Amino acid sequence: MKHPLAAPALLLLALLLVALAAPWLVPFSPSEQLLERRLEGPSASHWLGLDELGRDVLSRLIYGTRVSVTVGLSVVALAALVGTLIGSIAGYWGGAWDTWLMRLCEVFLAFPGTLLAIAMVAVLGPALLNLIIALAAVGWVGYARLVRAQVLSLRKRPFIEAAVSAGLPTWRILLRHVLPQVAPTLVVQSTLGVAGAILAEAGLSFLGLGVATGSPSWGAMINAGRSHLLDAPHVAFFPGLAIFVVVAGLNLLGDALADRLSIKAD
Amino acid sequence: MIGFALRRFAQAVPITLAVATLVFSLIHLIPGDPAEVMLGDGARAADIQALRERLGLDRPLFAQYQHFLGGLLRGDLGTSLYYERPVTALLAERFPRTLELALAALAVALLISVPLGLLAALRQGRWVDRFSRLAALLGVSMPSFWLGPLLILLFAIRWDLVPVSGRQGVISLILPAATLGTQVAALLTRMIRTALAAELARPYLRTARAKGLSVFLAVLRHGLRNALLPVITVLGLQFGSLLTGSIITETIFSWPGLGSQLIQAIRLRDYPLVLGGVLLIAVTYVAVNFLTDLANAGLDPRLRSQ
Repeated sequence: MKHPLAAPALLLLALLLVALAAPWLVPFSPSEQLLERRLEGPSASHWLGLDELGRDVLSRLIYGTRVSVTVGLSVVALAALVGTLIGSIAGYWGGAWDTWLMRLCEVFLAFPGTLLAIAMVAVLGPALLNLIIALAAVGWVGYARLVRAQVLSLRKRPFIEAAVSAGLPTWRILLRHVLPQVAPTLVVQSTLGVAGAILAEAGLSFLGLGVATGSPSWGAMINAGRSHLLDAPHVAFFPGLAIFVVVAGLNLLGDALADRLSIKAD
Repeated sequence: MIGFALRRFAQAVPITLAVATLVFSLIHLIPGDPAEVMLGDGARAADIQALRERLGLDRPLFAQYQHFLGGLLRGDLGTSLYYERPVTALLAERFPRTLELALAALAVALLISVPLGLLAALRQGRWVDRFSRLAALLGVSMPSFWLGPLLILLFAIRWDLVPVSGRQGVISLILPAATLGTQVAALLTRMIRTALAAELARPYLRTARAKGLSVFLAVLRHGLRNALLPVITVLGLQFGSLLTGSIITETIFSWPGLGSQLIQAIRLRDYPLVLGGVLLIAVTYVAVNFLTDLANAGLDPRLRSQ
């Protein structure tokens, strides 16, 4: 029987490889301009056509994976790290720590979706690093709540109580005994998180709040192609299709992982 | 019920205050001197100093905070740097348009998700169920900034059925509402299917069926009401994503709401307007969550004792 994880996992692997090997894969330089052939449709030489400045859409799409992968992975790594740390402290020590850290979560949750990220990038200025910081600053809350809930129930389990009575230091208990139990849930949440971060990056870049203008980002490419919907729909179509396929693949992978590990993702 | 409402309200007040504090602190995240950044390169030192005084940035941090909160209580969010008009007046002009769009999107989402989720739950494992799962996955993964232009290309440009952009009557609401509502529709379809499927397996529904009610009537009269609870919670949470989503959708369709105003204000570095807009959206979200809690307590009396 075909493995339900196979297709989306392969897609993710392909995405990573494309991002890593971008300079060797591109048929043209992503910034090379053929102004006299601007907005030209797909052809044998330029498979996905040329954009509004006569740049090869396929080459820009390939380079764009670098931004998506960088943002997706860094945001999730940062958010998961901070979230796990805060969630573990709140869940393990409980009491006042728990109360105040969860209040902090509530304040962040009071901001809908990416609004806080938009506001942060607006004041920090559009740049790749600012984008990553802003999205991670919003994203950690989900991990913190998830980890806290798990740690809270794990703390009462005999093997943790045994570790405590054996005199193991707290950091060791958390790292060696608690974290491995939380890991499957974190993996599922992170897979869905990468999809969310890629979508959010593209959305912010679409609004002109992403990476600096000029560098190929899928969201920014759609925005640039928007004014040529009538004469050159391919400019906006292909980057959108790329986002759609990658995000759907990651969501599918997250769902399949959750089913396999019998986890209900947040 | 009144006691419950008062307790929830008492919880919402400190959250709102914390949200306001976070928004206040955003201006101090601006790298360098905020007044210098707002006026851009080449601004005269005298102008920068004047703006610094006007915004109160020359005062101690705590005094600035006090001034900000005091203004907030009086409904004063400062003056827009670009329009030179009170921020509250500018927001008040745009806010109803965003609410109109968000509500229309919610209606679209409900029109799609309720029948689809209901059918999927009633026909588990059949093609409708599989179709709803696929549609939900595609809907959740569909970027609105791609869907919007695609809809414009098909319905406004190719077939000329609706206007490309702007706000000209109800017809111009269709494409933006569909764009904004798709993701919520997808999430709700999944939610309704799961919640209803769980109710269908419960004994009270089996009893209703045994007493002669058809599946459809049993679900409509008894199951739906119980399945509604988790759905309303998600609906409340999703209203927030509709408000934020409106930022992108309004930009695509040049819809004259809060979202497009916010993006324009960001481009113009009109920070008082930016922070006012962010605060208004966040506070609306807190209010919607409060109302969601009340609706849930209205439906399920057990929740009132919490």
